[in-house]
Amino acid sequence: MRARLPLIVPGILLSLVILFALFGNMLTEHSYDASNLLDRNRPPVFLGGDWKYPLGTDGLGRDLLARLVFGTRISIGLAFVGTIIGALVGTVLGLIAARMQNFVGGLIGAAIDLQAAIPFMIVALAALAILGNSLVLFVSILSIYGWETYARLVRGNALSAHTLPFVEAARTIGVSPVMIDVRHILPTVLNVVVVQLTLNFPQTILLETGLSFLGLGIQPPLTSLGQLLGEGRDSLSRAWWLSVLPGTLIFVTTLSVSLLGDALRDRLDPTLRRQ
Amino acid sequence: MSATFVVTKILRLLLTVWAAATLVFVMLRLAGDPVAAMVPSDAPQFVIDRYRERLGLDQPLVVQYLAYLWGLVGGDFGLSFRTGGPAWDIVAPRVVPTLILTGSATLIAVFVGIPVGMVAAARRDTVIDRLVMSFSVLAFAMPNFFLGILLILIFTLNLKLLPSGGFDHPVSLIMPALTLGLASAGAYARLARSSMLEVLSSPFIRTARANGIPTMRRLTHHVLRAILVPLVTLVGFSVGSMITGAVVTETVFAWPGLGRLLVVSVAQRDLAVVQLIVILAAAAMAFSNMIVDLLYGWLDPRIGSQRQKGGN
Repeated sequence: MRARLPLIVPGILLSLVILFALFGNMLTEHSYDASNLLDRNRPPVFLGGDWKYPLGTDGLGRDLLARLVFGTRISIGLAFVGTIIGALVGTVLGLIAARMQNFVGGLIGAAIDLQAAIPFMIVALAALAILGNSLVLFVSILSIYGWETYARLVRGNALSAHTLPFVEAARTIGVSPVMIDVRHILPTVLNVVVVQLTLNFPQTILLETGLSFLGLGIQPPLTSLGQLLGEGRDSLSRAWWLSVLPGTLIFVTTLSVSLLGDALRDRLDPTLRRQ
Repeated sequence: MSATFVVTKILRLLLTVWAAATLVFVMLRLAGDPVAAMVPSDAPQFVIDRYRERLGLDQPLVVQYLAYLWGLVGGDFGLSFRTGGPAWDIVAPRVVPTLILTGSATLIAVFVGIPVGMVAAARRDTVIDRLVMSFSVLAFAMPNFFLGILLILIFTLNLKLLPSGGFDHPVSLIMPALTLGLASAGAYARLARSSMLEVLSSPFIRTARANGIPTMRRLTHHVLRAILVPLVTLVGFSVGSMITGAVVTETVFAWPGLGRLLVVSVAQRDLAVVQLIVILAAAAMAFSNMIVDLLYGWLDPRIGSQRQKGGN
C-alpha cells in the first residue's frame, strides 16, 4: 500500500541526530558562541581545513560544529516541548468539549474553527509583531501550534467513546465525570493523540526553523538550526556548508520522524487513512 | 444550488474575516498602550492625553472596537508606522506578485502532483510507485527555505542559469514557483494515488473495463472525474499552506510580494500593515473554502443537495 522504507533507516538517522545533539560537543573544544576573529571563514576538514575546526568557522570565527550541536539541541528541544504542551492543551480541551455540550463546548468549537481559519504562521507573525519577540512568546507560539488538531481529533473520538457500554456502565454506578474521562475515555483516544504527535513534531520543527530562519524566532546569542541556515544564506556564494549543513540536519530530522510516524500509524491505527 | 446556500457561504466568509479582525484587535489591546511607544518617555501628560484623544484611545473599549470595525468596513486600515501613509497603499501593490507566485506554484502542484499520483496508482507496487511515494515523503519533510537555498546554490551559483531572485524578468519566477509548488505536489500525488486506488476497485470502473473501454479513456473519463472531489478539496485547503510557504519563499528569493512585506513589517513592528495582511490572509482562505463548497455541489450533485438539506 505504501512505500515501505524499513523502520531501521529512519530509526538510525534519528538516533544519529540525537547522539549528535547530546555528545557532538565532545568533538570540538570550542563554545558555540565564542568568536575568534583570527580564525574567520575557515573551511571544513573535507575542503582543506584543519582539525582545530572540524567543520570550519563562520564570518565571526565561531566554530560551526559547536554551533550545529547547540542549534540541534535548541531546535529539537523546542519542538519537543512545543509538541508536548500542544498535545496536553488540545487533549484536555477536546475532552472538555466532548463532555460539555453547552456554552463551553461551543466556545472550544469556535476556537478550533478560528484557529483553523487562519494560517498559523500568519497568526504567529502577527503575535510576534504586536507583542514583541521574546523567548517566552516564541515557546508559547510553538506550544499553541497544532492544539486545534488534537482538540478536534480527541473531541470526535471522545464523543463516540461516550456511547461505549463500559463508559455507560461507569456512569450508571456513579463514577465522577473527571474519573470517567481519565480512566475510560483517555485510553481510547490515546492512540490518535500519539499518531498526531509524530505528525505534529516535524511540523513544529519546520515552524521553529522557519521563523528563526526569517530572523523572527530564536534571537542571538542563542541559535537554532533555522537561524544558522539564515545566517549561512548571506555567505552562500563563499561558504555553502554554512547553510547546507544546518539545512541537512533539519531535513534529516523531519524526514526520519515522519517516516517513523508513518510506521507507528500503521501499527497503532490500521484504519486511519493517510491523506 | 439555492440562493440560501450561497448566502450562507458568504455570511460564513464575512464571519471568518470578522473573527480575524477581532483577534488582531484583542492582541493589539493586550500589547499595551500604543501611545507609550510613540512619544518619548519624558513626554508631559497633556501630550500623551492629546495623542490618546486623537487615536480615540480615551473612549471605552467597546466604542474603540466598533470604531475599528467601522473603519475596516470603510476601507480604513490605519496608517503605516514606517511611511506614515495608509497601510493599504503599501499592501496593495504586493498583491499581484503574490498571486502570480502562488498561482504558478498551484499549477505546478496540480500538473505535476496529480498525474504522478495517478501513474503511481496505475502501476501500484512497482518501482515507479515506490519512487513517487518516496518523492511525496521527501517533499513533506523538506523545509521550503532549504529547498530554495539548494536551488540557488545549484542553478545560480554553480550553473549560472537562473537569477537568484527579483521580479524583473519572467525567468525569475521559475525557482520560487518550483520551491513553493513541489511541496504541495507531494501532497497532491499522495492524495491522487490513494483516491484513485479507491476508485479503481469500485464497481463502475470494473463495469467500464468489462465493457471494453480502453485504459486511457477509463482513466481520463471515469477515474479523473471521480477523484476530482477530494482533489478540489485539497487545492482549496492548500491555500493556507501556500500562504505560509509564500512568506518564506518570497523572502528567500527577494520576491516583492505580501509574504516578504509581512516579514519586513513584523521585524519593524509596522502593526497596521501586519494587521491588514492578516485580514487579507484570512479572507483568502475563507474565500477559497467557499469556492470549494460551491464547487462540490457542481462536481457531485449528491453532496450539494445533502449540504443544502443539512444547512451545513
